[in-house]
Amino acid sequence: MSEAIEVNGLDVQLGNYRALSDVSFSARQGDTVAILGPNGAGKSVLIKAILGLIPAAAGEVRLFGRLASEVPPEWIGYVPQLKTLDRSFPATTCDLVVSGRRRSWPGRITTREHETAARMLAIVGAGHLCHKPLGWLSGGELERVYLARALIREPRLLLLDEPATGIDIVGEDDMYCYIEGYQKRSDAVVLMVTHDWLAARHHASQALLLNRRVVSFGKPETALTDKSMREAFGHVGHRHAPCPEVPYV
Amino acid sequence: MFEAISLGFMQRALAAGVITAVIAGYYGVFVVQRGMSFIGSGLAHAAFGGVALALLLGGEPLWIAVPFTVIVALLITWVRDRTTLSLDAVIGVFFATAMALGILFISRIPTYTTDAFTYLFGSVLSVTWTDLWAVLAVGVIAAATLLLWGRWAYATIDREAAMADRLPVRLDDYILSVLIAVTIVVAAKVVGIVLVSAFLVIPAASARLVSRRFLGMTVISLVLGAGTAVVGLFASYYFDAPSGATIILTQTAAFLVCLLGHALAGRLAGAPRSNSS
Repeated sequence: MSEAIEVNGLDVQLGNYRALSDVSFSARQGDTVAILGPNGAGKSVLIKAILGLIPAAAGEVRLFGRLASEVPPEWIGYVPQLKTLDRSFPATTCDLVVSGRRRSWPGRITTREHETAARMLAIVGAGHLCHKPLGWLSGGELERVYLARALIREPRLLLLDEPATGIDIVGEDDMYCYIEGYQKRSDAVVLMVTHDWLAARHHASQALLLNRRVVSFGKPETALTDKSMREAFGHVGHRHAPCPEVPYV
Repeated sequence: MFEAISLGFMQRALAAGVITAVIAGYYGVFVVQRGMSFIGSGLAHAAFGGVALALLLGGEPLWIAVPFTVIVALLITWVRDRTTLSLDAVIGVFFATAMALGILFISRIPTYTTDAFTYLFGSVLSVTWTDLWAVLAVGVIAAATLLLWGRWAYATIDREAAMADRLPVRLDDYILSVLIAVTIVVAAKVVGIVLVSAFLVIPAASARLVSRRFLGMTVISLVLGAGTAVVGLFASYYFDAPSGATIILTQTAAFLVCLLGHALAGRLAGAPRSNSS
C-alpha cells in the first residue's frame, strides 16, 4: 500500500522564528497519527503546513502520492484548534455543516443536503443542534459540529487540531469513538493533535512526538517512552501534586 | 408625491439613491460581518481627496475620484495583508492622508468652488446623467458579483476554512475593497462623503438584528437600503431638508425598529446576550 501522507524534510519559518525543522514522517491509509508535544512545539503549524495555509521554507508534503497543493481540497477534512469562525454570523448549525460539503456558504439548502447534515450531526451526537443558531453553541457543541462539518465531505484525510478541547470527559471519549468509527468505515488517514497521552495510546496507531523537530515517531508504545517524553517536555507525566510556592513580585 | 416624481432631477436622484442604497446594502452585509465598518468612512474621506484633485485639475470629479479612491482601497488592503497592523489602524493612516491631500488640493484652487461641498454633504439636485450611468454600471457589476455571494460569505464566517479549501480569499479581499470604493464614490453624490459610510453599515446592521441566516440578512439589507432611500428622498423633498441626512435618519429609524424587534425576540426566546459563550 502506498503512503497516504509523506512529509519530507519540512522546514517552516514564521518571520525570524524556525517553527519546524526537518520534519519527516509518513502514514498509510487507515492509520491514526497522534501528534503530541509541548506548547509551541509546532503541532498546529504542522497541520497548517499540510493544508497549505503556511508555506514550507523547505521540504515537501505529499498526500496520496501527489503534492499536497494538487490534491482536491474536498479530500481533506479539517477541524481547527482555535475556532476562527465568526460566532456573530447569522447562521444555523446546519448551514455550517452544509458549507463543509459545498465549500461555499449555502443560501437555500436542499432537502437532501439538510438530511445529510442532520445525519452527520447525529453521528457526532449533535443531531438536536441542526436548527440552533451558531452563536448559541457551547464550546463542546461547536467541536462536535466542526467534526460533522469535516465528515460530511467524506474526507480521505482528516486533520484534527485538538478535537476534544472544551468537551467534558465523557464527551471526549465519544469524540474519539466517532473519529475511530469514521476512520474504520472509510479507511481514511487521521492526523490528530492532542495533549492527551492516554488518548494517543488508546486511539492512535502511531504517535509523532514533536518539539519543533521530530523527537520520536512510531507506534505509541515505542514513540512515547519516558526518555522521549522527557526530551520533548522536560519531565514525564502529570504532576497533580501541591504546586511549589511562587512569591508574588 | 406624483408631483415630485415628475421632476427630472427627482427621478435621477431616486434612481441613483435607490440603486446605490441597494448596492451598498449588499456589500454592507460583508462589511458589517467582517468587522470593517470603518472602511466606508475611510474610503469616503479618500474620495474627498479624489474630488479635490479633480476640481484642481478641472476634470469631471467622478473620473478622477473613482481611480483615486480605488488606489487608496488597494493600498489599505495591501498594507493590511502584508503587515500585522489591524485594519482600523491602516484605514486611519490612509484616510487622514487622503483627506490632507484633499485640503491641500482645494487650497491650490484659485477660485472659490462649491462643488467640493456638494460632494461633502450630497445633493439630489447635483445628480447628473453621467452620475446615473455610473451608478447603473456599478449596479450591473454588483449584480454579477451575486455569483460570488457564497464564496464571500464562506470566507466571512471562517476565513481559515475558506483558505484551507483553496478559495481565493486574498484576491476576494481586493475585489471587495475596490467595489466598495467605487460604490462609495458614486453614492457620495447623493448622500455626501460625510454620511455615505452609513449606507454600507446601517441597513446591514439592522438586517443582522432580525436575521437568523445570512441569506435573510442579505435580502433584508437590500430591502431596507432601497426602502429607506425612497422614504428619505421624498421626506427630504417635502420637508426641504438635505437629502443625505434625511436618508440616513430614515435608516436610523429602521435600525431602531429592528433593535426593538431583536430585543423582543430575544426576550421571548431567552437568547444569550453575548455570542462568546
